[in-house]
Amino acid sequence: MLEIRNVYKTFNPGTVNEKTALDGLSLRLEEGDFVTVIGGNGAGKSTMLNAVAGTWPVDSGNILIDGIDVTRLPEHKRAKYLGRVFQDPMMGTAPNMQIAENLALAARRGDARTLKVGITRAELAEYREKLKELELGLEDRITAKVGLLSGGQRQALTLLMATLKKPRLLLLDEHTAALDPKTAAKVLELSDKIVAENKLTTLMVTHNMRDAIAHGNRLIMLSAGRVVLDIAGEEKKKLTVQDLLQRFSTASGEEFSNDRALLS
Amino acid sequence: MANLASFFNALPGAVSQGLIWGIMAIGVYITYKLLDVADLTVDGSFCTGGAACVMLITAGYNVWLALLAAVLVGMIAGIVTGLLHTACGIPAILAGILTQLGLWSVNLAIMGMKANQSLNVANHELLVSLRYLQDVSKGERPFWQHPIFVAALFTLALVVILYWFFGTELGSSIRATGANPHMARAQGINTNFNIVLGLMISNGLVALSGALLAQYQSFADINMGRGAIVIGLAAVIIGEVVFSHIFHNFGLKLIAVSIGSIIYYVVIQAVVSLSEINTNYLKLISALIVAIFLTIPYWKGKYFAKPVKRGGSSHA
Repeated sequence: MLEIRNVYKTFNPGTVNEKTALDGLSLRLEEGDFVTVIGGNGAGKSTMLNAVAGTWPVDSGNILIDGIDVTRLPEHKRAKYLGRVFQDPMMGTAPNMQIAENLALAARRGDARTLKVGITRAELAEYREKLKELELGLEDRITAKVGLLSGGQRQALTLLMATLKKPRLLLLDEHTAALDPKTAAKVLELSDKIVAENKLTTLMVTHNMRDAIAHGNRLIMLSAGRVVLDIAGEEKKKLTVQDLLQRFSTASGEEFSNDRALLS
Repeated sequence: MANLASFFNALPGAVSQGLIWGIMAIGVYITYKLLDVADLTVDGSFCTGGAACVMLITAGYNVWLALLAAVLVGMIAGIVTGLLHTACGIPAILAGILTQLGLWSVNLAIMGMKANQSLNVANHELLVSLRYLQDVSKGERPFWQHPIFVAALFTLALVVILYWFFGTELGSSIRATGANPHMARAQGINTNFNIVLGLMISNGLVALSGALLAQYQSFADINMGRGAIVIGLAAVIIGEVVFSHIFHNFGLKLIAVSIGSIIYYVVIQAVVSLSEINTNYLKLISALIVAIFLTIPYWKGKYFAKPVKRGGSSHA
């Protein structure tokens, strides 16, 4: 369904800040896979997601979605295949537009923007229903500006926006990292529910090893821009954080270094 | 007291000018507030509109046709700035300055390499004119040819069209582009295209305003757009300061901009009529007014923010 073939990406080439973020990364996702992604600081987790989303062009390699080569497609054209939730709650929504307007923009992802009315009455009713499922009371504030919402509410809304029009692939980029533990747990639970209901193929980056083990059917670990561990099925279910740390140092020959991952 | 009388005599003219410049200010509002771009093209495209209009009317073309042509050349100026910014990667402010500078020559070329071109009011039937203002007060023309009436009608029609447009899928996607380009692209919106489109619409309005002003004062001048961006910003800010608590609807916000422009011109007229000031100081005064209004919200947040009382912190 998603195929990343031998992708390289180096930031700031030729400068002292040169950083090879993706070093021949290859990954294949099957339809319905819910893959959690962990890795140390600078392992290339977010870079991988941005490469798939087309935030910038990759240096070499190919990215295929449903067998279509999207490597050269600009970000806004790839968007029709992708639902995205970012780490920063500010990134996923337009703050000075209404909740309903944000949803209406998301509902048209991948469609040409025409001179038809931007939001219909029928849509408003539909959005109210969908917002009710978030259980945050947003259905009563549908004309409120998104800038007034809390970080957790905004992430929940972004999640709804990302899946309002069913994406071929859902990209969750540490989408609970900026939230307090209680809110983070709620947003994660919501993510699970939405992914399961829509049978979405999902890539979820997380810094929390327990979350990475508890969610999804497959877990990959990145190190220095490559996949060093790929654990699925029964094996993943039996996994513990200790196992994971052990297997990481065997696979990569170094200690796992991600301050946030070890602290949480 | 003579000064007060001269102020009241000049009031209809000031309101007319305010309304006409208000259309330009609405163009500035679209870039500055919706697209979050300070577009300096307007100083040039305002004159482009005026020059194109005057030259076409003088050449005997229909006034509406001249107006349409003015809008089109303004739109082209906006497209140029937009492409310099998006396709060539030049920062928006610099892209605007480049177009503005280039337009200096273009505007002169349109006016046959002359710094100004006048319009003979007696020979052409215009839409707005200072002369008509006098004619109406003398009873020689019907009231609906009064510049205030015509300019207000133009403003209303434009507000209705813009209100509709920015509520469509395309218009909403332009607003999203200005509000959060990351989000816009993630939702499949072509932000580069939208920036060009927004600049095009904005400069079309600016040129329309320039065309109307050229008719009103019956000449186009190479300097007529100088400082237009500052007047536009002044109108946007005054409108916001005065009406932000009552006007929340997008259409009303546009009307607030137009009223902001009227207030600006009435105040300027008051300064001119009631004091002995040399009118050459007006640009300095305008710059100061805008600088002060832009400073107030910043300082308010920085130096005069009320300390937030944290409820329940003692129980923590």
